[in-house]
Amino acid sequence: MSDHAKPPRVGLFVTCLVDLFRPNIGFASIKLLEQAGCEVDVPAQQTCCGQPAFNSGDYDATRRIAKQVIEVFEKYDYAVGPSGSCMATMRAHYRDLFEDDPPWLERVDRFGERVYELLSFLTDVMGVARVDAGFAATATYHDSCSGLRELGVKQQPRRLLESVSGFRLQEMDDSEVCCGFGGTFCVKYPEISARMVTDKIAAIEASGADTLIGGDLGCLMNMGGRLSRLGKPVKVYHTAEILADMAGGPAIGEVDAE
Amino acid sequence: MPTAASHLFKQRVPAALADRDLKAAMDKAQDGFIGKREQAVSQYPGFEALRELGREIKDHTLAHLDFYLDRYERQVQRNGGHVHWARNSNEARTIILDLCKRANARNVTKGKSMVSEEIGLNGALEESGIAVHETDLGEYIIQLAGETPSHIIAPALHKTKAQVSDLFHAKHQRYGFHQRLTEAPALVNEARQVLRRRYLDAEVGITGANFLIAENGSNMIVTNEGNGDLTRTMAKVHIVTAGIEKLVPTLEDATVLLRLLTRSATGQEFSAYTTLSNGPRREEDPDGPDEYHVVLVDNVRTEMLGNEFRSMLRCIRCGACMNHCPVYGAVGGHVYGWVYPGPMGSVLTPLNVGLEEAGDLPNACTLNGRCQSVCPVNIPLPDLLRRLRRRQHETGLDSRYSRAALRLWTALAARPALYRRAMQWGAVAMKRLAGRRGRLRRFPLAGGWTRSRDMPAPAGSTFQTLYTLYKEGRRR
Amino acid sequence: MTSAREDILDRVRTALGRDRISSDTRTKLDRRLSDPPSYERPGLGEDRVHLFATRLTAVRGGFRKTDSGHVMESIADCLDRHGLERAIIAAPALEHLSWPADWNVSFGASRGDDRVSVTPCFAAVAETGSVVLLSGPDSPTSLNFLPEYHIVLVRAEQLLDHVEDVWEKLRSTGAPARTVNFITGPSKTADIEQTIQYGAHGPRSLDVVYISTLQECL
Ligand code: SF4
Repeated sequence: MSDHAKPPRVGLFVTCLVDLFRPNIGFASIKLLEQAGCEVDVPAQQTCCGQPAFNSGDYDATRRIAKQVIEVFEKYDYAVGPSGSCMATMRAHYRDLFEDDPPWLERVDRFGERVYELLSFLTDVMGVARVDAGFAATATYHDSCSGLRELGVKQQPRRLLESVSGFRLQEMDDSEVCCGFGGTFCVKYPEISARMVTDKIAAIEASGADTLIGGDLGCLMNMGGRLSRLGKPVKVYHTAEILADMAGGPAIGEVDAE
Repeated sequence: MPTAASHLFKQRVPAALADRDLKAAMDKAQDGFIGKREQAVSQYPGFEALRELGREIKDHTLAHLDFYLDRYERQVQRNGGHVHWARNSNEARTIILDLCKRANARNVTKGKSMVSEEIGLNGALEESGIAVHETDLGEYIIQLAGETPSHIIAPALHKTKAQVSDLFHAKHQRYGFHQRLTEAPALVNEARQVLRRRYLDAEVGITGANFLIAENGSNMIVTNEGNGDLTRTMAKVHIVTAGIEKLVPTLEDATVLLRLLTRSATGQEFSAYTTLSNGPRREEDPDGPDEYHVVLVDNVRTEMLGNEFRSMLRCIRCGACMNHCPVYGAVGGHVYGWVYPGPMGSVLTPLNVGLEEAGDLPNACTLNGRCQSVCPVNIPLPDLLRRLRRRQHETGLDSRYSRAALRLWTALAARPALYRRAMQWGAVAMKRLAGRRGRLRRFPLAGGWTRSRDMPAPAGSTFQTLYTLYKEGRRR
Repeated sequence: MTSAREDILDRVRTALGRDRISSDTRTKLDRRLSDPPSYERPGLGEDRVHLFATRLTAVRGGFRKTDSGHVMESIADCLDRHGLERAIIAAPALEHLSWPADWNVSFGASRGDDRVSVTPCFAAVAETGSVVLLSGPDSPTSLNFLPEYHIVLVRAEQLLDHVEDVWEKLRSTGAPARTVNFITGPSKTADIEQTIQYGAHGPRSLDVVYISTLQECL
């Protein structure tokens, strides 16, 4: 981006899980976006992207939520969020809801083009090539499904993580295999989900990593929750926390020392 | 149509998950399939473009299916064959049964055909006193075991070598094979000897079709064992069963799909036997069948052609979606409860047997999308599953509990101010519940989660609450 | 009652939201059938014979290169490799070859108890390592599947680049044969624990004797 251009205005979509469980990821996102030269705003009117309703087949409810999201976020140059699955819902799936509503469809498409997952936004749009952060760990990276397959997030986080001092990436086998979260799937089919996350944990352990990184809090809570139930010492962080040098506090699911 | 047991899905999952033989078999099979496919694809530059072309060819054919069906029929007739049309399983069974009776068939050999499973052919033939001999080794194994296929190209995928060994030892005694065999080559060889006689005895041979070619009326089948060819060649009557979606315009079109099929299915560049059948024995031919029949089956295919599930008719039955599906890998094919398992089965089964029966299948999926990413004709399987959930929701077939939970959540999501307060309340409450452990080992409404995982506790304040403070701090 | 045929075709048209295909479209589709699309074919790169041999041997097919003066030696070679007697059932099309007098050679279709068959082919494909055989009075299909060992003679000019070249050649032969067999290596199965075993139902081995032209030999 050229120096004299006006800084792009980014509306941060926090996601409901980050809002409730891990505000630190939201603040890390703000820091990274501002470092990249964006003007960041977090609209208070935001709630949920509608994914739970969408994946449960309730297209009407999702449509109402989608309209609300678009109305809140379309005034920014970009809508960016620290989650592949929420941003994929907004970028790739909202249009499925408006197949029979041409005026809205056009609006949805104009909006969709400006929706990005955080890490891919930083590298692909803002041209960020490195970060100024340190984190001593041997970490393995889980590719969350929506980000990977619907938004093409694969190398972007890895490239940025490489620039973190003290950080070593140790790939696990099957990093692209689903961890078994799947939103409501993990509550509706808990046994299958448990098998999947158990297989995932085995792959993480086999990699020898002491830290697990990923870009979607839902998946991280799933894997982290299983790790902690099994008493495994692997620490879990969101990519943004590492890159923003904000992974000093307790890991996801870890007890706060204070 | 074979009766479905898809409503038992949830009930059967725990036993499937606990089955160690199944886990061993599934892990090995999936690893093998995935690795072989990946290698074959990486050695074919432009595979993505080929997928796109495959999709186009299928879409073009479907959009002109009446034309191509008509042309295909005429070409088969010109080659001396007969075409029969079946609106549903019942009609298909009747047609085939009549053909068998006219041939005075007592023994029928079969190559692998998923459509014949779909129409429940074996049971119908057996009821009429006709012995059916499956000749594909995998199909033969499960026929001996009295089971159904658990995979569309590797029907006995769920069986270990030890299980096959026990099975052959028990069932082959009557043919004079008394020794227990334990190694795969010996087992294959024994089955070869048993089945060899069948080809020579059978009056009728039934095969499926990979592609029906409108241009010249050819039926193309792709196999590795050679059983399909022996079935076609040695019997007096050859019957092909095929869904109407198997049509392609020309041999060139079939070639594109063939390159996709073998690589996606088994990672092969070409399978051992790719065969075009063009009708009955010609006058001077020293071998081959006297009669050649094709039974074109509709079942729900024309219905799918007219609704949002048309893209599913592109399916070339390669099995890649199930090979890459973590749910299928965990539970195996049988719990799906009908003919087709895995992601493609989770779409096809409800469309064939109804959502009342198979309501679990579209839901038992994380929508991770790996199936679509490997599908050679890029069928949007997750999207189709979601559309089935939509049908379920709109016809009130989803569970009352999940409906209520969803209604609550969406009501909240539509009221930002209320939402913010509720989330803040939740953050505080959950943190208290977690106490000093920092995680919840049990949590109301999320028993499914906490049975095998802890629930990380919230920080105690939502992001929005903290952000308001943060902004005020910045302003000062 | 309408026939199932009419019913299904009607349902297809209803599903597609249209009437019978218009004559314009029909003309276009007819043209697409009579003049099939030529899609991009995979690059082959190397020397064709070498590629054919590589692909064939990669799936456990045997490959021997010889010239027209030494075909019998090559067949004998194949037999020796498998430890087989000189007892052969061959396609009638090969009667004209100079079979050694002390070999037991018969011609015709297989009855099921023959160990070795020798057949000609219609074409071979470098892209896939396949041989292509057509059924007919001179070349019974049973020879390709019933015997345990199958030896196929390929003449240099029969080796084509791509699968599509076979279709073109087929079209130029007029009325289609009853059966067209692409054979790529011996019969195999992976139905027991996904591990490949050879000789499932068809031949346990496939050997190709490639007969090069004089020029190629020089
Ligand atoms: S849906 Fe796609 S991947 Fe699955 S069997 Fe059909 S063609 Fe293959």
